[in-house]
Amino acid sequence: MFADKPLAASISSLRKDYVLSGETVHALRGVSFDVPVGDFISIMGPSGSGKSTLLNLLGCLDRPTAGNYILGGDDVADMNDDELAETRARRIGFVFQSYNLLPALSVVENIEVPLYYSGQLNAATRARTLELAHLVGLESRLGHRPAQLSGGQQQRVAIARSLVNDPKFILADEPTGNLDSKTTGEILDLLKRLNSEGRTIIMVTHEPDVAEHTRRTIVLHDGKLQSDERR
Amino acid sequence: MSMWWRTIQLSIKSVLLHPLRSALTVLGIFIGVASVIWLLAMGEGIGKAAQEQIASLGALNIIVRTVKPSTDEVQDGSYGLTRSDYVRLVATIPTITKALPIRVLAQEFRYQTRSFEGRLVGCTPDYAEVTRLKLDQGRFLSDADLDHERNYCVLAAESANRLFPSGNSIGKDIMVDEQFYTVVGVMQPRAPSAGIGGSLAAEDYSKDVYVPITTLWRRIGDMIVVTKPGQFQRDWVEVSQITLQVAERDDVLRTADLVRTTIENEHSLPDYGVTVPLELLQQAETTRLMFILFLGLIAAISLVVGGIGIMNIMLATVTERTHEIGIRRALGAKRQDITRQFLIESTVLSLAGGLSGVIGGLFCRPLTLFLRDQLELWFPDQMSTLPELIRTMEPQLVSWSIPLAFVISLGVGILFGVYPALRAAQLDPIEALRHE
Ligand SMILES: Nc1ncnc2c1ncn2[C@@H]1O[C@H](COP(=O)(O)OP(=O)(O)OP(=O)(O)O)[C@@H](O)[C@H]1O
Ligand SMILES: [Mg+2]
Repeated sequence: MFADKPLAASISSLRKDYVLSGETVHALRGVSFDVPVGDFISIMGPSGSGKSTLLNLLGCLDRPTAGNYILGGDDVADMNDDELAETRARRIGFVFQSYNLLPALSVVENIEVPLYYSGQLNAATRARTLELAHLVGLESRLGHRPAQLSGGQQQRVAIARSLVNDPKFILADEPTGNLDSKTTGEILDLLKRLNSEGRTIIMVTHEPDVAEHTRRTIVLHDGKLQSDERR
Repeated sequence: MSMWWRTIQLSIKSVLLHPLRSALTVLGIFIGVASVIWLLAMGEGIGKAAQEQIASLGALNIIVRTVKPSTDEVQDGSYGLTRSDYVRLVATIPTITKALPIRVLAQEFRYQTRSFEGRLVGCTPDYAEVTRLKLDQGRFLSDADLDHERNYCVLAAESANRLFPSGNSIGKDIMVDEQFYTVVGVMQPRAPSAGIGGSLAAEDYSKDVYVPITTLWRRIGDMIVVTKPGQFQRDWVEVSQITLQVAERDDVLRTADLVRTTIENEHSLPDYGVTVPLELLQQAETTRLMFILFLGLIAAISLVVGGIGIMNIMLATVTERTHEIGIRRALGAKRQDITRQFLIESTVLSLAGGLSGVIGGLFCRPLTLFLRDQLELWFPDQMSTLPELIRTMEPQLVSWSIPLAFVISLGVGILFGVYPALRAAQLDPIEALRHE
């Protein structure tokens, strides 16, 4: 079904080494796979297997030690720091495992941050922000600060924020890691809806139940690709 | 543009997040900017006082006055400047273009039933011009009046008012010391001249009556009768004051030296004083420069200390907010966005210091005047040893010191904010994100 689709992303022989006090940690040891447009992938694997490292590379937050990463036809290795920032602002929606909301800003302001950095803050996008807040069920919490929200609500703010620039590529690092099963279900429904709208989603998770809901599961082990199965 | 506005709002927010810390940070800028405004205001105040003095005394003038020595030094009761001093000065010093002998006496003046106590001033026709008195009615004294020792007089505005409340005084005869003088002119009112400490007291021209000095010498003579309870004393004074004028500013100091030596040779008693307005002006200029230098130093030190304070707190802020920087970078902030954010924040801090400094600067005048009054109240002796210039100084706010304060605080904010801001921008996004 995905064989003939254009690629949202493609990685080949991706490596990432960390040097810690003279000792080199090989977090990724040559990982390759293609991501067709519209795919919904879960990444699994034991702790320390390199899942977050991989997602950070896909999210243009970090550069690989070796290997190639082609994002929608552009080689990320050719981008300078500003172009990477631009890519993060406009093309990628990133949901962090630890939410990473700005504590001094309200829900609305937090959702708007990517708009601010892509220079698109205006009346039209403000309407879109409110629409997203509604979509994630936070319309009654617009002026609250993150500290005044539950973990699930904060995660939903983070998801709304990742969607505000209308990115085609959504990366989520354990978006349901800290949530109860009911909230987990809601978030999964939301991600499925986004996927059905044509967005490509890659999600890291520990839970096989959560992975069940995706189209494809990639398992990492010790920095290497162990399995790649489509449902 | 809206991006800048958002960033400014954000910065103000984050500055207000730690009000005490921010207030302490801007203290240095506050002192620095307030000092700049004070220094300009005081420089202006001193400058103004000096200008006024030179205006009332004349920069080209040298004033030689009779000073009464202590009584045991005077033997025969005669002291002070003499007619021959006057003649000698005019004859021996070529740079002198004008010389005005003046004889001043306290007198009672009468017209019919009215009378008042005022100053009888024996003078020459140049007197009106040199002391900047302006004619209201009639004429001032003429050379012919002096040559013929006429009993004519000219009234100062207040004197005319006292004797002729209804106006018309020209041609009337007033009585001075049992003799009649015909009024030929009335002068316009003139503000009293400022005193300049020590050698020259403030002068009030309002109750004067001007007569030809030759007439005064002939009709009244040189004797001053001083009556004190249980004491009766006669003094002889020929000339109260000689005002000398030179043509060029460059000649003033040299001529003043010649005047001093000329008179010194003739007088064994300390019965005269020489006042040179230009010297006072130069003194004023020196005092002013000292003040400006002193406050300028304070301002510079405070601004540097304040700037370092801002830099310090901004570096701490960058460390504190590394995680935030990571989040912003991850969400698409470019390096320049981070630089701008922190640069604006340091500038907001510094401008807050500048603004409070301007407010502090506005208090310069009332605070200086209040402090001076208090000091005069509690330490009158110490205060009287201060130069007159400082005692009488009234700070004048300079209008452009406020835009200057703005520019200075903007400059300090940017100068000392650049390094922390660049450091913040150089942080690696993923490293910053991992920082807790
Ligand atoms: N900044 C870093 N410096 C040094 N080593 C690192 C760094 N980041 C990750 N590593 C190492 O790389 C390896 C992979 O880490 P990563 O965070 O990708 O694992 P993970 O699969 O996300 O684990 P978890 O499921 O626990 O989140 C680990 O051994 C980790 O210690
Ligand atoms: Mg992880």
